[in-house]
Amino acid sequence: MSVNKEDFRPVIVAFCCNWCSYAGADLAGSSRLAYPADVKIIRVPCSCRVNPMFILRAFEKGADGVILCGCHPGDCHYSTGNYYARRRMTMLFSMLDFIGVENGRTRVEWVSAAEGVKFSETMNSFVEKIRSLGPNVRLGDIRCKN
Amino acid sequence: MHRIKKSELPRLYEAIAKTQTLYLPVKSAGKTNFAVWTETAQPDIDTLKTVKSPKDAFFPQCENLYTVKREEGKLKLTAEELESESFVVFGIRACDVRALSVLDKVFLSNPVDTYYAARREHGILVSLACSRPETSCFCGTFGIDCAQPEGDVATWLCGEYLYWQPQTEKGESLTNALSDLLEEAEEAPVEKAKEEIRAICERLPLKDLSLEKWGAHAAHDNFDSPLWEELYKGCLACGTCTFVCPTCQCYDIKDYDTGNGIQRYRCWDSCMYSDFTMMAHGNNRTSQMQRFRQRFMHKLAYFPANNDGMFSCVGCGRCVDKCPSHLNIVKVIKTFGKEEA
Amino acid sequence: MQELIIRAKELLECGEVARVLGWRKGEHVYDPEPAFFQSADALENFVYNGFCGANLSKYMIEASKLEGKTLVFLKPCDTYSFNQLLAEHRIDREKAYIIGVGCKGKLKIENIGADGILDIEGADYPDCGEELNVKTLYGDVKVAYKDAMLERCHVCKGKEHRIFDEKIGESVDTLDAERFAEVERIEKMSPEEKFAYFQAELSKCIRCNACRNVCPACSCRKCVFDSTKFDSAQKANATTFEEKMFHIIRAFHVAGRCTDCGECSRVCPQGIPLHLFNRKFIKDMNELYGDYQAGVDVDAKAPLVCFSQEDAEPGALTERG
Repeated sequence: MSVNKEDFRPVIVAFCCNWCSYAGADLAGSSRLAYPADVKIIRVPCSCRVNPMFILRAFEKGADGVILCGCHPGDCHYSTGNYYARRRMTMLFSMLDFIGVENGRTRVEWVSAAEGVKFSETMNSFVEKIRSLGPNVRLGDIRCKN
Repeated sequence: MHRIKKSELPRLYEAIAKTQTLYLPVKSAGKTNFAVWTETAQPDIDTLKTVKSPKDAFFPQCENLYTVKREEGKLKLTAEELESESFVVFGIRACDVRALSVLDKVFLSNPVDTYYAARREHGILVSLACSRPETSCFCGTFGIDCAQPEGDVATWLCGEYLYWQPQTEKGESLTNALSDLLEEAEEAPVEKAKEEIRAICERLPLKDLSLEKWGAHAAHDNFDSPLWEELYKGCLACGTCTFVCPTCQCYDIKDYDTGNGIQRYRCWDSCMYSDFTMMAHGNNRTSQMQRFRQRFMHKLAYFPANNDGMFSCVGCGRCVDKCPSHLNIVKVIKTFGKEEA
Repeated sequence: MQELIIRAKELLECGEVARVLGWRKGEHVYDPEPAFFQSADALENFVYNGFCGANLSKYMIEASKLEGKTLVFLKPCDTYSFNQLLAEHRIDREKAYIIGVGCKGKLKIENIGADGILDIEGADYPDCGEELNVKTLYGDVKVAYKDAMLERCHVCKGKEHRIFDEKIGESVDTLDAERFAEVERIEKMSPEEKFAYFQAELSKCIRCNACRNVCPACSCRKCVFDSTKFDSAQKANATTFEEKMFHIIRAFHVAGRCTDCGECSRVCPQGIPLHLFNRKFIKDMNELYGDYQAGVDVDAKAPLVCFSQEDAEPGALTERG
């Protein structure tokens, strides 16, 4: 499957915590800040809700990049959820790197409810990064490709 | 009788692969398993036992049955095509050839499994005699002669040469197609090799394994034996024995959601697993002892009861080598044998 | 070995324990099986030799449900797993009588690399030699004991029993390799090389679940991969990605709880170096969150169930590549 880089429309999955980042995305929308439609947002109660399996599952089902957004450390609605998420994602990303997956395909970004601009900028840069990496071939399930 | 130099074998593989798919033992990441020949593959016919048996070529661990997609508001069902081209399985051992006869009993009796039947029809077996039988081998117990394997073509490794003897029509036509590479040869070296192999078989530690306590009658005799309780305890409930076994034939059928349709596939199942034959009301075997017993009773009692006394074990010894807890069919047979004494 | 049998008989006869959990003689010298012995007579088939690699601590989950105490023989590395299971409340300390047994390194039959093995001399405990005399159908060979050892013994955590009621037998230090050397070697590869390496290894996986079922840290009653409601190929080695996901998730699930006992690699029928996944996590956690060894201290908190406000950002890793 060779796709021209310009034509490549990546599938990006963004897990956003309900309290900060999802509200940040809302703010970006109501402030008319543009970010690519390639980003599919999945709302989760807390960044800590994201099991490593969610990330791998997203890749398996055809995502080209997965980003996790949560409250800034110290600002978690549940006090400490994002601290646990931070350790977990650090471990998972390191493992993906270990098995040879380009580590630009995963990212964690802390976006508060007031940071509509940051949300839009983050998504723009992440999509740009994934476009430059091209389609995900190493983690996909071949059954999902046809 | 024909022969070809061992050093010429890559040319033989290439010649076969030119017209049809060729499965043969290939070494990859340190282990030898049957795989499709490619130019970069490393064939390894010296290793006696591949980790997995070659049954994959006829009954793959996982295969699609059909795909369902939604097109213009309707469901479109596309069945997987049946095997329609001939292929060669090279280097299959005597026990594994016999194992296919066991699978035939299951898949070719009514209702016939069309996927399996198509592969059997198009598959050509080039068997290989065992020059160095292992101490875990006990194929002799089931009347298999590893010096004279069945198959469309039988081959022997003797010194510098691979001797080649077609045994069926399919085998004859393959031999004719490869006549440029094969030369006429004397039978004497093969006869000598057979004698040597049989002499080694006489020294195998498991050669005297007795099946007296087993067979159709055992279904009744051994089911309630207290010995099972003793035997199963170390079992981890993994599926290693079933997945390396050349005769295990149970499978599961499941659906996979690809995001834009459904793929219905079947994959090997293991009677050691807790979700084996799961039904709406749960499992019919609820303890590991029952599952353990099922595996051995199936091979040594139920199968012979339904198939004119044919055991569904061929003595390849893979489970003996691979069980993480070193439990195996030999221990089961022997433990029941001892009781009689 | 006789010492172990005598002591086990004593404990059985005085009623201190109701049964013995140990290893039973197999067909050959190299295939002893984990087994329960109910009586002193049954103990005549007890064996403890170089091939008793099986970690018995996981069997204590079942034994903890039985009446009375179970005498269990644990090698030094097995006691880490036992402690970890205690910490997770999966086994009952009161139901176990632990005899810590000496260990001089355990062997892997494949490492001997000979065909037609009939007998092996020099693998008996405590009389194991520097060399193994291997009698085979095709002639005799000599193999250095060290060369036939399991990978885990070369990177041994030490011969100290972390929990026991009494100890019998001497141990010999077997550590002769760097624990994280292989992980570091792979870390230095390019992404393409890493991917090719794991692709080749993991495509051998037959989904037999031996690694999971033997693992003392994998003690869930129902594994997520066994759920019928879970969209996973489970027992099908359907695509190469399924296997990767299975092994990554499994390693992740035991991260911080894995004592690096090496059972997963010992039992893999395809010889996949599964311990590398666990060891990679251990290495990362040690580097980022401080040294931690699961199974040493029952009350210690594992790295992934605690945090610090100053933890590194996951971005630090992604930026690097």
